[in-house]
Amino acid sequence: MIYFSKVNKWYGEYHALVNVSAQVKQGEVVVVCGPSGSGKSTLIRTINRLEDIKDGEITVNGQDIRGRHLDVNRFRATVGFVFQSFNLFPHLSVLENIVLAPTTVSGMNKAEAKAKALSLLDRVGLKAKASSYPGQLSGGQQQRVAIARALAMSPPVMLFDEPTSALDPEMVGEVLQVMKSLAKEGMTMVCVTHEMGFAREVADTIWFMDKGQLLEVAPPDQFFANPQHPRAKQFLSDLRSH
Amino acid sequence: MKYHFDLAAVLHGEYGALFLKGIKLTLLLTGEAWVLAMVIGIFLAVIRLGGGVVIEKIVATYVAYHQNVPMLVQILLWYFGIASLLPAFVQSWVNDHNGEFLYSVIAIGLCMAAYVSEDIRSGLRAIHYGQQEAARSLGMSYFKTMRHVVLPQAIRVATPPLINHSVLLFKNTSLAMAIGAAELSYASREVENHTFRTFESYLVATLVYLAISLCIMGAGAVAARKYRIVGR
Amino acid sequence: MLDILKSNWEVLLLGQYPNGPLGGLVLTLILSVLGLALSFPFSILIALGRTSPMRLFRVPTTVVVYIVRGIPLIMLIFWAYFFVPLVIGHSVTGFTTLLCTLVVYESAYLAEVIRAGIESLPRGQIEASRALGLTYLQTVRKVVLPQALYNMLPSIVSQFVSTIKETSLGYVISVQELTFSANQVNNNLLTQPFQVFAILALTYFVVCFILTQFAHRLERRIHHRRAGTFIKRSPADDLLLQSE
Repeated sequence: MIYFSKVNKWYGEYHALVNVSAQVKQGEVVVVCGPSGSGKSTLIRTINRLEDIKDGEITVNGQDIRGRHLDVNRFRATVGFVFQSFNLFPHLSVLENIVLAPTTVSGMNKAEAKAKALSLLDRVGLKAKASSYPGQLSGGQQQRVAIARALAMSPPVMLFDEPTSALDPEMVGEVLQVMKSLAKEGMTMVCVTHEMGFAREVADTIWFMDKGQLLEVAPPDQFFANPQHPRAKQFLSDLRSH
Repeated sequence: MKYHFDLAAVLHGEYGALFLKGIKLTLLLTGEAWVLAMVIGIFLAVIRLGGGVVIEKIVATYVAYHQNVPMLVQILLWYFGIASLLPAFVQSWVNDHNGEFLYSVIAIGLCMAAYVSEDIRSGLRAIHYGQQEAARSLGMSYFKTMRHVVLPQAIRVATPPLINHSVLLFKNTSLAMAIGAAELSYASREVENHTFRTFESYLVATLVYLAISLCIMGAGAVAARKYRIVGR
Repeated sequence: MLDILKSNWEVLLLGQYPNGPLGGLVLTLILSVLGLALSFPFSILIALGRTSPMRLFRVPTTVVVYIVRGIPLIMLIFWAYFFVPLVIGHSVTGFTTLLCTLVVYESAYLAEVIRAGIESLPRGQIEASRALGLTYLQTVRKVVLPQALYNMLPSIVSQFVSTIKETSLGYVISVQELTFSANQVNNNLLTQPFQVFAILALTYFVVCFILTQFAHRLERRIHHRRAGTFIKRSPADDLLLQSE
């Protein structure tokens, strides 16, 4: 589904992504973890071209994302992205937020889009808030709306960039719940997160990154019980020590 | 010193007519200069978005000039200075067609355009980059992003300073009297010269200015409340 | 253009001095400095009134500010022409009239700048001060105003720039400041009006631009120093407060 082949990226002098090669199969749930500054967010943002790469190849659903003939906007519509800071559009209601992209990008008609939006809101448990505005919602509610907004384009793959890091602890659960149900339905997901409980429960594969390098790729049981790479061992023991 | 207050004395007959003429000219000046300022201001803000270094420097210079040179001096430069550089037939055409009015509109409009472009620019800058990223991630093109997500929010942020500058533009029309345009302050001087009722003449003009300024500010407050972003 | 500058720079800089009263750019700067300096005490009082919890102070000061901000500077000059001789008892020079007008005008605008400074101070400052036992007036004098004024220094410099631009209205009432002097030069020369007025515009531009850059640099330094207690103003706020 997603192929990384020898991906390299620099921010000026700083080597942000170092020769990353990996793949995500259809229906697979990948959790990317590692210390701060390891390049996790950078990596995930290269998938939908929010960040560009200097070297290497990334293929999503058979399309080379750096290809000359790629229509970036059409491509982005096939990759759902959920931000750490939600980034809901404050001047639009919840319903309008979800309906905006399907109607203006995919040309869906308004009634159809509205029906789909309401069913998605129902799925994330927020149907009652359809005519509220983002400013009136809690963080957890806003993030769930953001997930619904991304799902409205029916993307085959969903990316999550630290979706719960900006939330108060008591709201983390409601968002993780939505993500879990998505995973159960067979969505292909790549999540950058610190929520190790979620990783253990839902992930098919853990990717461990440090200093721009992908150091370890393993299923969660193996990764948590018996990490191979010394820095992975260090990371996990740091996590457990508090 | 005997002095009895007589408002009617300055308002009836030819004096009332003078005031009305002055008000009419003031409003015309304001309207036309405002449109010019908005059109050019929006244009400057938009081309600045393009990102070229040359355009950025040109617009920045335009803004710096118009914000640092007094409005009156700009009017004088246009009326006495630039006018003299125009070919003779243009000059005589302008003189026959209300030169004072024309140059005032141009000077005031171009000056306030600088302020308008800065207001729009800071409105755009106030919109967090994450908004653009979210829209682009959904597959929206640059133009769709601007139209549906960025501009609606930027306009709301830019509205209070734009209203303030609109009031400023309105007040600046009074400077046109320096080159002989018969707007409201000029009219109040004229009436005063004829009737010797200084207090009443100035009072009428002052009240009209105040009323219109407050109207503009009030309209701004109403617009801000109507289009405010709920929950903020 | 350079020869016009060469032969007329004394008039533009000094007016008729030493053969008459001081004028030109020097007079412009004197008027601006005096105008802003003399309006300071009034603007502080008005700002305190605007932020006062008591309606007795808040309402009249708000009304005064709205009135002064709602009428053009030229009308204020006309009023001053009318009132100042009445109040003083004898006729006054254009300089005095203009100065009085500037003081009134700047008091209102500077008051808004100071008010913004007072309101941008975190409430915790006042609460801490009152918790220590200081009275309202002591709090204002020792805690609020020093910080508010320091934080608003860049805006105060901006207001000074506005004042310089406002002095150009001396042209209308024959005060010998820079614009009027330039006009005199033009009346003598008659053949190169564009060059004369271009020099005039450039002079204002250079003076005001340098001061504006100074204000920007001040803002960066203050923001740096007061990272904890300073609530950053946006450039839009500066333009909001401009009076010219």
